[in-house]
Amino acid sequence: MIVAGVDVGSTATKAVLLNENHEIIGRALINTGANVVRAAQRVFSEATKQAGLEEHEVAQVVGTGYGRYKVTFGHAQVTEISCHARGASFLFPKTRIILDIGGQDTKAIRISGSGEVEDFCMNDKCAAGTGRFLDAAALTMGIPLDEIGPLSLQYKQVLKVTNVCTVFVESEILAHLARGRAAADILRGVHLAIATRSVALMRRVGLDPEITFTGGVSRNIGIQSTLEERLSMKLNVNADSQYMGAIGAALFALDRCVAGATGVAGAGQG
Amino acid sequence: MGDYIYKHQGTGRDLQKDMLGDWFDRLSAAPAKGEPVAYLFISGNIAELLTQFGFHLVYPEVTALQCGIKKTAGQYILKAEELGYSSDVCGYVKNDIGLLHSGNASPMGTLPPPSLLVCNYSGCRTYVKWFEALAEFYKAPLVMLDVPYKREDMLDPGDVQYVVGQLHELVELCERMTGKKFDMDRFRSDLTETALAEDYWVKILNSSRLVPSPFDAYFEAVFFMAPLYVLRGHPDCLKYYKAAWGEIEERIEHGIGPVAEERFRVVVEGPPPWPHFRSFWEMFKKWGVVAVASTYSKVGGLYDQGVRHDPARPFESMAEYCIDCYTNWNLGLRRDLMRRYCEDFHADGMVIHSVKSCRSFSVGQADTREVFSKEYHIPTLFLESDLADPRYFSAAQLRNRIDAFFEGLEHRKLVGAPHAGVTP
Repeated sequence: MIVAGVDVGSTATKAVLLNENHEIIGRALINTGANVVRAAQRVFSEATKQAGLEEHEVAQVVGTGYGRYKVTFGHAQVTEISCHARGASFLFPKTRIILDIGGQDTKAIRISGSGEVEDFCMNDKCAAGTGRFLDAAALTMGIPLDEIGPLSLQYKQVLKVTNVCTVFVESEILAHLARGRAAADILRGVHLAIATRSVALMRRVGLDPEITFTGGVSRNIGIQSTLEERLSMKLNVNADSQYMGAIGAALFALDRCVAGATGVAGAGQG
Repeated sequence: MGDYIYKHQGTGRDLQKDMLGDWFDRLSAAPAKGEPVAYLFISGNIAELLTQFGFHLVYPEVTALQCGIKKTAGQYILKAEELGYSSDVCGYVKNDIGLLHSGNASPMGTLPPPSLLVCNYSGCRTYVKWFEALAEFYKAPLVMLDVPYKREDMLDPGDVQYVVGQLHELVELCERMTGKKFDMDRFRSDLTETALAEDYWVKILNSSRLVPSPFDAYFEAVFFMAPLYVLRGHPDCLKYYKAAWGEIEERIEHGIGPVAEERFRVVVEGPPPWPHFRSFWEMFKKWGVVAVASTYSKVGGLYDQGVRHDPARPFESMAEYCIDCYTNWNLGLRRDLMRRYCEDFHADGMVIHSVKSCRSFSVGQADTREVFSKEYHIPTLFLESDLADPRYFSAAQLRNRIDAFFEGLEHRKLVGAPHAGVTP
């Protein structure tokens, strides 16, 4: 029995295929782009190809993320909050807090010992301190996005970046560059600004170990490092952390198969 | 409900529509007839003191919410911003100022200019400035009632007498303005009708203690409460509540509720996003959510908490009503009320709709969320948009938070977690 989770995020769309033994047998990630429906179809198609399967062999598909209702071939929709919680507690069973930093929003989710969502907080209607903020910083500095995290670890001194506004951070970085400051020092400040904001968000739901870091930004070692410094504790990060929403969605799909669900889910999930 | 034909469906709504239409007809006709018009606020208003002098009453907050629900608020808010009002100023204020500068043609009808402005609610500083601005624009006399905050569980007798004194001063002013003598018998008789209407309203509000609830105490209450907000001092007010209670009685008798199947019961804090009211409600309806109590439906009077106009103590009870309104309460009192609602109405959780441009309501709500979630262990959802400004409504983000919250509650139900009210 094969199931899939498709996570349509603001920046990236991810798909994960699971077998009945909860093993990941296929995964794919593409840019969401302007056509959300097509992105969901493409990523699902790529993941099934990678697993050496035909699409019709997948018994259940659960859509998640902002574009979950655009997963037109999905059997049910579940929010990414529930899915990240499910995925994180599957990979790290002692997880109590999940920090998910995506392209456009940041979420702090508290779960119980049995993995149920107890509380969550999100950033307000602004991309301050999210993946978009890092995009803007990388672009301003002319450094590829993948390189800013590792480069930030080479800092000698931390330069203060007070702004977490995706628009205004540019002028603050330019001011530092104009003073001839080192790129690594500026970037440490940029990463620290996000970490500080994220810790404040987590405090709103309560800061209990273990904390699992998910979402696209969890791939950035600079953010992981500044978060661990701020929290004085290690974070759970997995190579598949960016797929956490899709993994959670696939686990929900597996539940539905076990429960014998067919067709589209009830009002709550429709 | 089987084959039962719901006789009252829409009767209250239709009756109210006619009554509010008549109210606006009276307002539109007032200038030509040379009849006086007073503007005042909803919370703790003194309607019966003014109607007996022949004043027609305009409530700019109600005009603003009508513009919101009729989707014309956006243009008036922009107009006010062109005049120099900041984007952070209350959406109701900007709606009203923009409307005033656009010919005062509200979706309900053209508003007459005020002969008198009575700033009866001073708990919100912005409201004070609102009526000062209206006094300037209209060159109308402004009476400012200084109503103290409610600081303790019980009302301070000195505060009550302080407000009573101001009400007597207002009566003298009305006598001078209209040439009519104050009629105590009429005042007592009007308050008798008001108190009866308040009794019916409390019966309607308390009906949502039933499981399943026959009534949505937020999404429906905001309409049911209207006559008690704008028609006090007019015979239509009591007439409406008799009919409305008939509708609820029928719903109770035949098991009719606001949603087909009640799955979740919530208490709601904060005003609704009027420009997107229907789509906001739909986001909850799809989960089978019924609001069983709300704070916003109490801004016109905490009648369910025992506040009542009393013909035997007309001025004192009016003053008590002025002081004892929800947004005049301190945060501790408000929080205790919400907690009682969660317990008494068997709620599964709390929903806070925080209004970006209203500090009077939203101050302290983030702390309230934290207390409910961490100390009371009552699941609490925090949402943010605006009550009047359509630009602050982000449907995708709101839906995401609402869906996630009820997914969590659904899971709680599956694992057998008890109602919020009985969680330690």
